[in-house]
Amino acid sequence: MSADTDSRQPSSRSGPQQVTGPILRADDVRVAFAAGFAPGGGRGTARAVDGVNLDVAAGEIVALVGESGCGKTTLARALLGLERPTGGRVLFEGAPLGYRSRDLRTYRRRVQLVQQDPMGSLNPRRTVYESVVEGLRIHEGTAVDETERVSRALSQAGLRPPERFFTRYPHELSGGQRQRVVIAGALVLDPEVLVADEPVASLDASVRGEILRLLLELRDELGLSALVATHDLGLAWNIADRVAVMYLGRVVELGTVEEVLSAPAHPYTRALLSVLPDSGMEEGPVVLSGEPPDPKQVPAGCRFHPRCPVLASGEAERAGVADLCTTVDPEVLGGGAERRVACHWAAEDATGRLRADGPPGPVTV
Amino acid sequence: MNSPTGPAPAAPAAPPDPALSSRALARRRRREALVGFAREYARNRAGLLGLGLLLAIGLLAVTAPLFIDQTHLTITGAPGESHEPPSWQFPLGTDNFGRSILDLVIWGARVSLTVGLLATFVSVTLGTLVGVTAGHFGSSGGVGGRIVSTVLMRVTDWFLVLPTLVLAVALAAVLPRGTGTIIIAIGLTVWPPTARLVRAQTLAVEARPFVERARALGGGHAHVMGWHVLPNVMPVVLAQTTLLVATSIIAESTLAFLGMGDPTTISWGGILEAARTAGAISAGIWWYIVPPGLAIAVVALSFTLCGRAVESVINPRLKGQS
Repeated sequence: MSADTDSRQPSSRSGPQQVTGPILRADDVRVAFAAGFAPGGGRGTARAVDGVNLDVAAGEIVALVGESGCGKTTLARALLGLERPTGGRVLFEGAPLGYRSRDLRTYRRRVQLVQQDPMGSLNPRRTVYESVVEGLRIHEGTAVDETERVSRALSQAGLRPPERFFTRYPHELSGGQRQRVVIAGALVLDPEVLVADEPVASLDASVRGEILRLLLELRDELGLSALVATHDLGLAWNIADRVAVMYLGRVVELGTVEEVLSAPAHPYTRALLSVLPDSGMEEGPVVLSGEPPDPKQVPAGCRFHPRCPVLASGEAERAGVADLCTTVDPEVLGGGAERRVACHWAAEDATGRLRADGPPGPVTV
Repeated sequence: MNSPTGPAPAAPAAPPDPALSSRALARRRRREALVGFAREYARNRAGLLGLGLLLAIGLLAVTAPLFIDQTHLTITGAPGESHEPPSWQFPLGTDNFGRSILDLVIWGARVSLTVGLLATFVSVTLGTLVGVTAGHFGSSGGVGGRIVSTVLMRVTDWFLVLPTLVLAVALAAVLPRGTGTIIIAIGLTVWPPTARLVRAQTLAVEARPFVERARALGGGHAHVMGWHVLPNVMPVVLAQTTLLVATSIIAESTLAFLGMGDPTTISWGGILEAARTAGAISAGIWWYIVPPGLAIAVVALSFTLCGRAVESVINPRLKGQS
């Protein structure tokens, strides 16, 4: 992690932080899908997001970290109103999100999406100008200062001079340029929150850095808040203020980047971090055993217990929580700024506060 | 075939005049899109050839009354002998009544083109409308949308399994006799395959991320269908259109043969059928049977060339290839 520390933007921690309430908040959001008779899949309900509290404050970048299939994308979609939660609420500036088309329209002016695949998220039959102006035309029709606003959004997204890109088609652009066009298309509406779903996953390393720097600049210059869903811990380390670690539809650990990534408390987070090269953790890589999680069959008790190295090594037994691990589901964590962990072994009480003597020592596997 | 929401390769480059209202701006945007479209189309030589052929045939058909004496097209007023081979007087010979085949073919273009174009227009419009609506609401309209989609597709299936000819004959029998009836009968019977094709293509487009992005930007159903789905299903629609024109012209001849059309109207299909009944094939009277068949083929080819050219303009990836 030390290499990443060097590339860290010094400005990232000093962004415009306001102490007012969160601008975007997930309140016990649940999204379940009926699985039906899928071939080979069997019946059941897939609980993709299974109770998540998460706050995004103004000017804050929150990273949502977790392995593939843990519900990051579904949570992001639910926050955008693209997926209607089967339980819980999404609150924007304290007011619950309405799902009538007029409410959603107003909401979608202010909260914007940046998708994973910049090739797919641009219509191949539309020029850059048309793709960027799309949001403006949806909300305002043909505006008088349309061209200027498109130019401004493109330059904010780092495509300069903007006029050169107006008549280009997506297939004529590089991956990084395409992602900048997508970001410009979001910026043209002057949003307050960006929800980015794996914004750099399909880009190569050099471009990845540029896009990340762009996101940080936008936060500093425009005061944008962002929720970034990613499986890449290095990315979270580089841009986020706070990190929420997701496992099987629930946030299992929450805190600032330093807290979570340099002193992970949850065994899952520790396992994720330990397999990074240069992780600096004494115990060496912890490779999780067991089946990859299936949201159709969420285990009873702690949802991580079948794969938990702490439980498997008998560490939990020694701490006297092994029974809790297999029988009691830890409480859903609050989504605020405090450090929280959903683990019987690492947490002090049911609210997920850490033990007073700091996170437990290194696990011996 | 170009809709106002079609592609605009030429983006407004001039700085906007603040005095212009937004409606004037929208109009200018549309005009620029059209000019850009025309410029791109003109680069496609095959497309220009197809367009030229169609315009020439259309012009001949429209101006036919100026240089063809209509009494010569009646059986009683036929100017020549029966089955005369091509000569200076009759460049394509005569039919069994002694009418000039050239005159008949030119005159027949009037009905054939009208029926072919209008019936194709009716069926393509209907098919595209049903296909896009069913595909869009089926994939992103919730439960209500899925019901709409299912109902639409069951109606389509019903039309699909119904024998086209039987339905067309039934329609033609119920409605008053005339060219309009033929157009409606053909238009209402050949649209289901178009609807199925367009629906399949719509489902493919709807699954792509840019549709999700459009919805996240706040775009409603009309925006997604008009701005994203329609341009992306256009190639299928155009291909289907070029095929349907030929099909419609043939269908018209079938109906005419079955006595469902107006027997006094002259069309290419009608000439072909007349040639068949007159035994032109076994008698080796090629000048009776080749010209109307060739005319159908040329019109179908011209439409295909135009369709390909329009597609190459609409699809930016094909740009520069012709």
